[in-house]
Amino acid sequence: MARKSTTQQVAISTIGAWFFGFLIFFPILWMVLASFKTELEAFAVPPSFLFFHWTTENYATVQERSDYLLHAMNSIIIAGGSTLVALLIAIPAAWSMAFSPTKRTKDILLWMLSTKMMPPVGVLVPIYLIYKSFGLLDSRIGLVFILCLGNLPIVIWMLFTYFKEIPRDILEAARMDGATIGRELVYVLTPMAIPGLASTLLLNLILAWNEAFWTLNLSTSNAAPLTTFIASYSSPEGLFWAKLSAASTLAIAPILVLGWFSQKQLVRGLTFGAVK
Amino acid sequence: MGQITLQGVQKSFGPVHIIKGADLDIADGSFVVFVGPSGCGKTTLLRLIAGLEDVTGGAILIDGKNVVDTPPAKRGLSMVFQSYALYPHMSVRGNIGFGLKMAGLPKDEINRKVEAAAATLNLTPYLDRKPRELSGGQRQRVAIGRAIVREPKGFLFDEPLSNLDAALRVQMRIEVTRLQKQLGTTAIYVTHDQVEAMTMADKIVVLNAGKIEQYGSPLELYERPANLFVAGFIGSPKMNFVTGELAQQQGATTIGVRPEHLKIERDGAGGWQGTISVAEHLGSDTFLYVDAGPLGMLTARYIGELSLHAGDRVSLVPDPARIHRFDTSGNAIRN
Repeated sequence: MARKSTTQQVAISTIGAWFFGFLIFFPILWMVLASFKTELEAFAVPPSFLFFHWTTENYATVQERSDYLLHAMNSIIIAGGSTLVALLIAIPAAWSMAFSPTKRTKDILLWMLSTKMMPPVGVLVPIYLIYKSFGLLDSRIGLVFILCLGNLPIVIWMLFTYFKEIPRDILEAARMDGATIGRELVYVLTPMAIPGLASTLLLNLILAWNEAFWTLNLSTSNAAPLTTFIASYSSPEGLFWAKLSAASTLAIAPILVLGWFSQKQLVRGLTFGAVK
Repeated sequence: MGQITLQGVQKSFGPVHIIKGADLDIADGSFVVFVGPSGCGKTTLLRLIAGLEDVTGGAILIDGKNVVDTPPAKRGLSMVFQSYALYPHMSVRGNIGFGLKMAGLPKDEINRKVEAAAATLNLTPYLDRKPRELSGGQRQRVAIGRAIVREPKGFLFDEPLSNLDAALRVQMRIEVTRLQKQLGTTAIYVTHDQVEAMTMADKIVVLNAGKIEQYGSPLELYERPANLFVAGFIGSPKMNFVTGELAQQQGATTIGVRPEHLKIERDGAGGWQGTISVAEHLGSDTFLYVDAGPLGMLTARYIGELSLHAGDRVSLVPDPARIHRFDTSGNAIRN
């Protein structure tokens, strides 16, 4: 029997949902508002919510002081590059583990996941030294490489669970229908795996875009992505709240827009494996 | 043509022997059912014939040609899977026509054949729907449509009706049988349901633990089971087995009598005496489960209604012409 809700229950849960949604969104809203305030108003007590002197001066200053486009481009290259490389490695890996598993497949998967349990700071010094010797410090290729390796276990796990969901019978039916491996890939497997591939790509892009530990430690200026750009506004001379907010707003804007347009895939990506 | 012959077919997964040498001759146009308890290897044998598994030894001949090294699609067989295995992203039309598309047929010919197959299966109104928009029975029909449209030498059915509810299963059973007769195509059908086997088959293969126990027509299996396993597996309710002195009197280790071949007598002095422990009244039949002391539990079937109840004493008289005798190794003793 379907559960029926009364109007009252619907009203209460709607109000509740909006309240919690607003609560979670509030820091982002506050940051965006602060980016349009002057430095003085930005940390005024009590704070003004909407009635302040609106200005775009912070954005102008931020762009003048540091090159937003350069950092944004670095972010795109590092996040995009590391995602693409990770997918190139993960697709065949997940494919073979899902469709022709051996008795060690489970151990390999667990081992891969276990690398995510180690705090990255534990290997910072060796990685830093290796990067230094190979001239990879402050290089885009170095960051692509480390972010790709860092996210690879998650990407393989996600793809593995997606591929696992594709019933074996369907692949066998395609074989009985006379599809060669190539045609099976084009006509049957890929169309069925596209939602999984899309959400894995998006989620990994966001993870790589927001990654701050390695990008902050391994880059300074040339390869620095937006995370370094934000961090440069919390300087020893003091915090510049308004400018920091303007820089942060600029940094999250692209990924926010991307996330907005791909909500459906993202939700599926975040709940992967939870429901059939 | 679709004559399928198995010669000493074997299959092992590592050290486990699933199929221990199967020999079988399936005549063109016949409907053969593989039946047996779960894990007996019936699905594996079907998959070996389909080419989805490789044989470990022996030969599979289709129209006299050994196909053990031929890929599944080139064997000219089509298969209906238990889970239907429809392509979820394709319409019914796409699903049925996929095999023809892979074979490189021109578009209008594919359309013509798909529509003809859909008409046979009453699927015409659903041609442009996706599988998820269909009911279980309709999905099953699409899976069958996908199999018939290629005009194969043989159909392979892997427990195709086990996901349907009881009423629909009976209806589809009749439809599948009629379709097979109408097309005259050889069919191999795997099931664990012996009623399906008895009603659909021209010939039944009873499998147990990777071995063919008996191959014959449904009534042959019912009337002359080759051994204890077949005797117990075919027929519902199960055949009664009696061992000991009573069997020795008949020159056998075990004797078997089917529930419908026991005459039920109230307060009778002869036959096998016992007390009814459960009586099932179906209107059309009455099943009695009788505790016969040293003989164990016996089942008796009466056609029609018999007003006997739990606790009543009865005597069961076996029909002497219908007593099956088995030797120490369980094989039937023939006169």
